[in-house]
Amino acid sequence: MGYEFDFSAIIDNLGLLLHGAGVTLGLTAVATACGIALSIGGAAASRWGAGWARRAITAYVELIRNTPFIVQLFFIFFGLPSLGLRLSALQASVLAMTVNLTAYCIEIVRAGIEAVPAGQREASLALGLGPVFIFFKIVLPQALANVYPALVSQIIITMLESAVVSQIAVTDLTHVADFIQSRTYRAFETYFAITLIYLLMAISLRWMFDRAGRRLFIGRH
Amino acid sequence: MITLTLFDIISFLLRAARWTLLLAGIAFAGGGIGAMLLLLFRYSWPRFGGWFVRLYVDLFQGIPLLLQLFLVFFGLPLIGVEVSPLLAAGTALTLYATAFLVEIWRGCVDSIPRGQWDASASLGLRFVMQMRLVILPQALRVAVPPTVGFLVQLVKSTALASIVGFDELTRTGQIVANATFEPFTIYGLVALIYFAMCYPLSAGARRLEGRLSSSR
Repeated sequence: MGYEFDFSAIIDNLGLLLHGAGVTLGLTAVATACGIALSIGGAAASRWGAGWARRAITAYVELIRNTPFIVQLFFIFFGLPSLGLRLSALQASVLAMTVNLTAYCIEIVRAGIEAVPAGQREASLALGLGPVFIFFKIVLPQALANVYPALVSQIIITMLESAVVSQIAVTDLTHVADFIQSRTYRAFETYFAITLIYLLMAISLRWMFDRAGRRLFIGRH
Repeated sequence: MITLTLFDIISFLLRAARWTLLLAGIAFAGGGIGAMLLLLFRYSWPRFGGWFVRLYVDLFQGIPLLLQLFLVFFGLPLIGVEVSPLLAAGTALTLYATAFLVEIWRGCVDSIPRGQWDASASLGLRFVMQMRLVILPQALRVAVPPTVGFLVQLVKSTALASIVGFDELTRTGQIVANATFEPFTIYGLVALIYFAMCYPLSAGARRLEGRLSSSR
């Protein structure tokens, strides 16, 4: 049985593919910005917060880490409207990705904070610096430098996992692929090309973050 | 719209959860065998094997699992293999699990001091016996906690099989939610069932890890 590969559908739809890749990267960027900011707050609260706050954060982290992303997405998109919270597919995707990334990053950032020697904090206190200043200027930069590679990996995992948002009709890269293959019946070629694009995006993101990390945390290691 | 009692819904979902566990079991068994073969290949043929394993791991960890599923689902028919959703999901998850397990186990084997290799070689053991009698038994101890941790990820990953039409927990949840118009309850229950399967594994992995690091 002969099968002739035909990649012309990919070349004809290059504009669409670029749009899809843009949506995927955009979603990832927003989720990353919100997720990192929230997880810094969450990690600080789970380290120094009141007992109930710590328990709440632990429960949240465990709940998210032990359920699949696609179920979280469906719960937010299909389930929350029953509570009166109706989100567009795009909003639901950003929310689900942020909620997911935050849970993983809280653990990572907290490990980073715990790895900063207590002497750093004590020395700063002895110099008369305020607790907020100490956290943001002394502890946090060292904590983030400690766990930067793990954070980058988590961001890339989130980008790859975001392929699932195509299932609620967000026009990300995978959704574009579904569209092209339903028009051209070239399913294998389309998904093969899309896979290469994802691979390329993952490799370039890692390269970019590595470079940025070297500049951000220069001289710390 | 169909009215189902809560009891009906839960029993539907629990029965579907068995397929989730079965799929995870298949992927773990297949991935374990695949990873072990790659591991032996890597250490018996360091240069090419190392390069090949690196490429395999980077490739399968660098593309979305959803697309691995699609590629298997749409690719196997091109070489004349009739695919069922179970075959497609089982194959894709096996390849995926292989990539993660070989990476985890490679780390464990590398953590065994070089002297163990040298000493066993000087006792006249060949590669297979070195592995079987000296390296793997020691690596196994280190490997258990991260392997159990990976099982959590694997159970969660099986949810994607719903997209190629395999009737596991997530897809059954979708079907029931569409029939009853109660997505909040249904997806909530689905999440809880996943949690009930995964949490003991995560907690177990953490305990094992604690025990391992305190015994050092």
